[in-house]
Amino acid sequence: MSAVGSGYDIVVIGAGHNGLVCAAYLAKAGRKVLVLEAGLCVGGAAITQEFSPGYRVSSVAHLLHLMPEFLWRELGLSQHGLELAATALPTVALSSEREPLVLGTDPPQGLLEPDGSAYAGYQARMAGFAATLQPLFERPPPRLGTEAFADRAGLLRLGWQIRRLGRPRMRELLRIGAMNVYDLLQEHFSDPGLQGALAFDAVLGTNYGPRSPGTVLTLLCRLAAQGASGSGGLMLPRGGLGALSAALAGAATAAGAEIRTAATVERVLVQDDRAHGVQLRSGEQIRADTVVSNADPKSSLLGLLGAEHLDTGFVRRVHHLRTHGLAAKLHLALKGPPRFSALSAVLQGGRLLIAPSMQYLERAFNSSKYGEYSAAPAMEIIVPTLHDPALAPRGAHVLSAIVQYVPYRLGGGWDAGRQRCIEALIAALETHAPGISGLVQGAELLTPLDIEQRFHIHGGHWHHGELAFDQFFMVRPVPGAAQYSTPLAGLYLCGAGAHPGGGVMGYAGRNAARRILSLRPAA
Amino acid sequence: MNANPPPGTHFQQPLLRTPFHERSRVFSQVDSFVPWAGYTTVDVFTTVEQEYFAIRNAASLYDLTPMVKYRISGPDALRYLNRLVTRDVARIKPGRVGYCVWCNDAGHVIDDGTIFCLAAGEYRLCTAERQLDWLLDSAIGFDVQVAEVTEQIAALALQGPTSCAVLRRCGLSGVEKLKPFEIGQFQAGPHALMVSRTGFTGDLGYELWMDPAAAETQWDALMAAGGTRGVRPIGSRALNIARIEAGFLLPNLDFVSAEHTLRTGRDRSPLELGLAWLVDFGKGHFTGRRSLWQEQRRGVARQLVGLDVEGNKPAHNALLYSERAGQQEVGSVMSATWSPICKRNIALAMLASPHFRIGTAVWADIYLNRELVWERRMARAVVVERPFYSPERRRATPPADY
Repeated sequence: MSAVGSGYDIVVIGAGHNGLVCAAYLAKAGRKVLVLEAGLCVGGAAITQEFSPGYRVSSVAHLLHLMPEFLWRELGLSQHGLELAATALPTVALSSEREPLVLGTDPPQGLLEPDGSAYAGYQARMAGFAATLQPLFERPPPRLGTEAFADRAGLLRLGWQIRRLGRPRMRELLRIGAMNVYDLLQEHFSDPGLQGALAFDAVLGTNYGPRSPGTVLTLLCRLAAQGASGSGGLMLPRGGLGALSAALAGAATAAGAEIRTAATVERVLVQDDRAHGVQLRSGEQIRADTVVSNADPKSSLLGLLGAEHLDTGFVRRVHHLRTHGLAAKLHLALKGPPRFSALSAVLQGGRLLIAPSMQYLERAFNSSKYGEYSAAPAMEIIVPTLHDPALAPRGAHVLSAIVQYVPYRLGGGWDAGRQRCIEALIAALETHAPGISGLVQGAELLTPLDIEQRFHIHGGHWHHGELAFDQFFMVRPVPGAAQYSTPLAGLYLCGAGAHPGGGVMGYAGRNAARRILSLRPAA
Repeated sequence: MNANPPPGTHFQQPLLRTPFHERSRVFSQVDSFVPWAGYTTVDVFTTVEQEYFAIRNAASLYDLTPMVKYRISGPDALRYLNRLVTRDVARIKPGRVGYCVWCNDAGHVIDDGTIFCLAAGEYRLCTAERQLDWLLDSAIGFDVQVAEVTEQIAALALQGPTSCAVLRRCGLSGVEKLKPFEIGQFQAGPHALMVSRTGFTGDLGYELWMDPAAAETQWDALMAAGGTRGVRPIGSRALNIARIEAGFLLPNLDFVSAEHTLRTGRDRSPLELGLAWLVDFGKGHFTGRRSLWQEQRRGVARQLVGLDVEGNKPAHNALLYSERAGQQEVGSVMSATWSPICKRNIALAMLASPHFRIGTAVWADIYLNRELVWERRMARAVVVERPFYSPERRRATPPADY
């Protein structure tokens, strides 16, 4: 089965978490797998990096809460050294005007009536819908327009799962499925603080404001993945997300996969209209019958493979994928612990949200549409050093924040605007954590443009492409490339650009591996 | 000159005029103009028969300016064209012209046209329909420039046995050395003139490409040089008879562009259109290749063929049956005409497998309107080789001095 010369059955391009997961499953099934990573360490965007002397932080994603429990178990991540520094972090909605609202604890705190009574019912209903969607994540989506039994069965299964909710709940799911989260939360709640905190989860990492269509879908997807991630809730791996990647790499290597870092793949080799291996930037060619790309669809298909091997209509669809990111990452090196006012010691270590209302989110979103960031940004903040002091020098701390609605292209350019943006973000933090600006020793801002350049993600979108109805499920990333296959025989996608999408989940890597194993049984 | 309306008044004159429009009006005796690709063009100048016989027995002058033209240039121009069309463009050397089709991802024909290789990396693509969106989408990932130049180039087709002699009398010495599908550069007075030995008639003939400013002068020179060689302006209807005899396809009559069809199953692949000779599976990837490869392996379900129909009534729009009783429908006629030169009743038809094999007999259901009374006639039709008419002078270099 393998081409002469390399001894590998399968080359995986990119050691992001999905690439590693895919490699681990393929190697467990007995395939000879080589993983090639352009960076100096494994992990892709799930790595822990030093951003200021002595201070380390999870570079992009900073929480672990979406990876399914079974994946953890199947790959034996604990045996491969993955430890948790914290579990079940509470979500705290910061407010300068009222008692903080605490979600994710039992019971939630700070809820105002009548929302307090409505909250449990809302949570249960959404969890039910999410549970209906979750099984879709675990297998390749059916293709449309084929005669294949498996595809029809897949569509029937989806229909049956929705029907099984019972008529009233099925109708409700179909009613809200394509709605925006603003309208949904208006129906259920009246407290702007609660609405803002719940809406934040729907828009985090997307190009959406709460009023954008499709935001109920993004929320349900997040809840679906979260629902299958086990009882740990929001978790912090000890050593940051890089520790997760290290454990995944350990699992892959233990299963027999080989991993090479600092090996940048320049292009996918094609012979007789099928994938034939890869060529590295060094000029080295590595032959393999099966090439799996963990890179985003645009980089994989238009960059590594090249339009000349694809049909125009297909290229047009890939070209039009919406891949501009709108989330930035702010890292602060602090010489002492930040003090978020009115929070208990336990809550200081939680996931802190600046999203005081849906209106606030929408306004922050508005700026981004015109190439600006908002002076009143939305943020998800954690201080990982409160749980994992080793990330910073003794007594010092790291603040890690996802800043929602930072444009890929800033008016005037990022070189000119970067420092101004960092100052604006610190000023926004200052209102919730007075005195924080005096603690700052060093700061790093990763704009979507930085994320694109540093992590080789086209457009800098964390999810390798917007999660939207037209880029979701059986049409993710584009029609003609669903089910992890591409038009080129032997080339597969296993990254977040494939179903079910982004977030540190690992479903795409696992599904792709299973798909490849089912299509190409061992010789 | 080009009397196109100033900006803001276009609605007063919805159709553009070609640089030959004023001359066409002078020669038009029946004032029969039709729209073609946004231009007003002549359908017939005098009578279809007279114009047809100019094509076959003298020289015909046809204004083909509305033909859509694209300039394709840049370092990747050849790679780009090879990914666009189904044939191997590397075989079209500088100074040569090639007929081609291009397909969508499903391997269905979007349009046909001709590629002129003007120099290495410098091409002109002439198409029936406007294609800029597809051409630009196809350019994603290629270092190539695509620009529409339709209005910048005026074009005339001079076709017929005396066409070479007429050009020589115009002072184009050496034009007789042009081989079929070859391009030559000439000087006609102060103007540069590009001449290609190409055409849509299946006869000896040339196409002349010029600056619109030179258009009327060139027209006048050709008409003046005609003399006893008999140059006559012709319209589209006479040309249509000649092109059916030559077996050439016309989009929207013989196939519908895959970008325009609404109903499933109405698209046509090059294999179905009898253009398998244009599909080069060995040259590397091109759009539609994977679909066409599957189709080739499966075998086509239908194919466009030439028909020789009994009798002398053209089988316009006729349904075709496998037997005289008209029970089993097996296809239909796309284009039909009485061929004056062959003295045969011919047609281009789409036939289902296996009826498209050469020599197969089918039955054409022909409807005749005789003084407002419709009659129906079942005519036997036999699948024959295309083209129906291909005279030796079409290929001879130098052509005989008719």
